[in-house]
Amino acid sequence: MKSFTVSKAVTALMLAGLVLLPLYSQVSGNIFILTLFTRIVILALAAASLNLIMGFGGMMSFGHAAYLGIGGYAVGMLAQEGVGSGWIQFPVALAASATYALVIGALSLRTRGVYFIMITLAFAQMAYYVASGLARYGGDDGLTVYKRSDFSGLINLGNRTQFYYLCLACLLGVIFLIWRIVNSRFGLVVQGLRSNEQRMQAIGFPAKRYQLVCFVISGTMCGLAGALLANNTDFVSPAVMYWTRSGDLMVMVILGGMGTLFGPIMGAVVFLLLEEFLSQITEYWALIMGPLLLLIVLFGRGGIMGMLGRAGRG
Amino acid sequence: MAEPLLRVEKLVRRFGGIIATDNVSLDVAAGELHAIIGPNGAGKTTLISQLTGHLAPHAGSVSLAGRDITYLPAYRRCALGLARSFQITSLLLDFTAADNVALAAQAHAGTSFRFFADARKEKGLRDAAHAALDRVGLAHRADVLVSKLSHGERRQIELAVALASKPKLLLLDEPMAGLGVTESQGMVKLLQELRKEVSIVLVEHDMPAVFALADRISVLVYGRVIASGDPAAIRANEDVKRAYLGDQHVVTHHG
Repeated sequence: MKSFTVSKAVTALMLAGLVLLPLYSQVSGNIFILTLFTRIVILALAAASLNLIMGFGGMMSFGHAAYLGIGGYAVGMLAQEGVGSGWIQFPVALAASATYALVIGALSLRTRGVYFIMITLAFAQMAYYVASGLARYGGDDGLTVYKRSDFSGLINLGNRTQFYYLCLACLLGVIFLIWRIVNSRFGLVVQGLRSNEQRMQAIGFPAKRYQLVCFVISGTMCGLAGALLANNTDFVSPAVMYWTRSGDLMVMVILGGMGTLFGPIMGAVVFLLLEEFLSQITEYWALIMGPLLLLIVLFGRGGIMGMLGRAGRG
Repeated sequence: MAEPLLRVEKLVRRFGGIIATDNVSLDVAAGELHAIIGPNGAGKTTLISQLTGHLAPHAGSVSLAGRDITYLPAYRRCALGLARSFQITSLLLDFTAADNVALAAQAHAGTSFRFFADARKEKGLRDAAHAALDRVGLAHRADVLVSKLSHGERRQIELAVALASKPKLLLLDEPMAGLGVTESQGMVKLLQELRKEVSIVLVEHDMPAVFALADRISVLVYGRVIASGDPAAIRANEDVKRAYLGDQHVVTHHG
């Protein structure tokens, strides 16, 4: 039996909070908080998918926001062309993200370290400029999604509470999948490759094949976040793919704790809440946020989950 | 004549102007323990790296049980029954001893593209890992992170990992490196046992160990095999004596 730990308690508290949030919003009449947390849950999903390759797989992708755009544009472009069904939009968003990940991964995984970071960044920037050039779909100005994905009455994405729970279910489903994956044969190989690639090759594992499959799984998951995000904002623009957004996702993962199951959720919640509240206090919120994050990364090894783990032992 | 298990023919590897492997040919028969010795910088590790596929030769060939493996990548050679240990311990430090060994077993037990079932609950893999750990005398340390193990224990894990892949041929790159006297003796005893089950190519600096263990010894100097034979013949060989007395100049002009 595993014993009670601080990090588990905090995680449970956070999850309970996320589940009960719509209730609070209803009772207090605070609609804004539900909108804010829908965004947080969606970006937590994106961060969790990045954590799969970055935290567990050791692949420092600096272009993860590209999938947010691809998933979002799949929804937006189909809606524009009169295909409003979510049953089509979402599978297309996932398939497009998976295809992009397959191509980008096959090319990027030939490199290692800094070069891998730079090449994933370069591809994401390319995706950004391609989207900016799509005149038919708004180009630089972005594309308004006039109607949210239609799931034939099963669930109404226009209803704030229903949409929030859909996003939360997606997040928890993805976390569950990641949990299974990292403990599976496949997951052990991927983590082994992070730890010592030469050794893994020597005992008989072709590194790239496993890393590429992991890269594709992660990209597909993030494409889901993209499709949800477009529905949430009723809008998609090249800006969701900009490199600073990829950087935000990395910060969320590192802040929460790389290679932990719930770290990315923690990271997303803390990062976006800080951003929200600091920006209400001052226009120069980034001046406070930057050093704050720096301190946590410098002195809190293993991110928030790491600090909670130490607090539990100490 | 039976086909040798490992055949190396006229292998050449250069690094710029330096010829690190100079026309090396050698055979390892099934069941043999073949030691490769030589002074520092003789090209022993370069040779091993070409056998394992971490380094490509410029000329020559390597075959395992009659099959040409000269240009196969490391992971394919491993699947054909070639396992190695590293001179500088190379393990998954943030994994437990059992996980390290179980992964080697997993590589040889069906596909690893399984995404859902808990691999640590696969009895076959766990049993294989424990058997291999038991073989090297570390069963009691199975659940300890490798980063928490001593150097000597890590050397033993290296061996357990190699064993878990059920190899035909084991390439051991200085398994005694950095071990204390007692640990070295333990390792020699262990290798005495293992050689009954598997063919071994042993690269080692520890001469008493080599002469105690080897069926045949090849001596490498400046990338060239200057002598090959049983321990008694090597001990009596004049060229070898000169090489080990430090007068390598004579040897480079030999033959």
